[in-house]
Amino acid sequence: MTLFGYRVPMMASLIVWCVVWELVGRSGVMFLIPPLSDVLVAAVALVQTGTWQAAALTTLNSFLLGMALSIVVGVVLGVLMGRFPAIDNLLGIWVNIFVSAPLSALVPVLMILFGMGETTVVVTVFLFAVWIIVLDTRAGIQGVPNSLIEMGRSYGASKFALYYKIILLAALPEILAGIRLGVIRGVKGVVIGQLLVSIIGYGELFELYSRNFDMENFWALTIILFAAAMLLSAIIESIEKRVDYYAGVR
Amino acid sequence: MRNITAQATAAAAMPAGSDVAVEVRGIAKMYNEVEALRSIDLDFPRGKLTTLLGPSGCGKTTLLKIIAGLIPATAGEIRVNGKVVTGPGPERAFVFQDFALMPWATVMRNVAFGLELKGMGKDERQAIAARYIGEVGLAGFEDKYPHELSGGMRQRVGLARAFAVNADVLLLDEPFSAVDEQNRRKFQEDLLELVEKEKKTFIFVTHSIEEAVYCSDRIIILSRRPGRIAQIIEPEIDRSASPDAIRRDQSYLDTVEEIWQGLKRYVD
Repeated sequence: MTLFGYRVPMMASLIVWCVVWELVGRSGVMFLIPPLSDVLVAAVALVQTGTWQAAALTTLNSFLLGMALSIVVGVVLGVLMGRFPAIDNLLGIWVNIFVSAPLSALVPVLMILFGMGETTVVVTVFLFAVWIIVLDTRAGIQGVPNSLIEMGRSYGASKFALYYKIILLAALPEILAGIRLGVIRGVKGVVIGQLLVSIIGYGELFELYSRNFDMENFWALTIILFAAAMLLSAIIESIEKRVDYYAGVR
Repeated sequence: MRNITAQATAAAAMPAGSDVAVEVRGIAKMYNEVEALRSIDLDFPRGKLTTLLGPSGCGKTTLLKIIAGLIPATAGEIRVNGKVVTGPGPERAFVFQDFALMPWATVMRNVAFGLELKGMGKDERQAIAARYIGEVGLAGFEDKYPHELSGGMRQRVGLARAFAVNADVLLLDEPFSAVDEQNRRKFQEDLLELVEKEKKTFIFVTHSIEEAVYCSDRIIILSRRPGRIAQIIEPEIDRSASPDAIRRDQSYLDTVEEIWQGLKRYVD
């Protein structure tokens, strides 16, 4: 990007917004927004506390379990829907309803079903992440060129080999895109799940800090969460780029 | 040039004294209500290159895929080396119009893929693949990916993959249609050399009359939908001459002209 003839580095806009935040914080017009520097100091202190570490571990645990479940179920369902029109017709409507449904509303119901503990959070992560993975996998499978499948059949691929040597690899770019979007939704899911259950992990801390108007710690928590979500998404994106490179000509 | 008319097909179906690799018996194909092929009877002599030629939509690719066992026929049967075809088999190898290469795999892995699916060990299959990569003129490109190659080179990979599995019958579905004109000519010349060298039965689908006459021992001309055998022609061209001499040969030019006169009525 260039501005007034000068080349501006990519991260410059971030710095501008950090400065704005700092100034608004220092002016003291809103007690909800403490200066950024105070928030960062709080963040450094926060990550060293046992409470945060335990909360992070619980949260990470629920998140990873929920994601693993939604990747396995999402890819399997997506492949089945992409390959078999009968299954596609049967499940398509439900997947499309759930992908856009306000799932937060369901969490209290899940709480009745799965209790006040981690299970509900895992299920929430799963419900947030799985649908987009199903849809993207389905699209990827449907986009696999027919000639590649015919090639596999004519050279004697078994049913199993046809899937894991050809179809899944050919659909990999879309499957990864689905997983990346699923991860972002999963982060939302884990926090919303914990907030509504509100007695475990990150949700418990959010609840604690916002109720006591401990804004430094509240924002520190938020920033750490954002950074983690962006990092995860960036990691998957970099894998995607490598895969897209090889899948470039299909 | 020997012209065998449609009426005499039954008599000509079995060329006297020559060994038959692929027999087509009473093949018909319906796509829902559309009749794609009607009662096709054909013999493909062993070690020869036979071309299926016809207007677009005449079902020539359908017939080739039925022979490959990739799509089922509505009626009739195919026999390869005397055995009835029920699906794809190791005695047949297919070369695809759009190459059908795996974009995530190197030239080496693509060429060796048929052998990989058969469960052959890595060293063994790579040695075989390397030989055919050399034969189709791609030595030095083993570690390249398909998107790094031109269309002509990609189809050479497809051809090497078909040779590598050592099938008796090679089925080529418009292999040069996605290759540019200059590369196509060179490729046709190389293909003839390989036909000579590999002693396999080739069944070749094309819509190019020149390509058919230049490459084939026998040309089967199909009529427009529903596809039936309209004409069988054996261009008797002296292939010992140089490629450029063949393309100026009177008998070559006459054959092209005759086929064009026959096909003209199918063109809108």
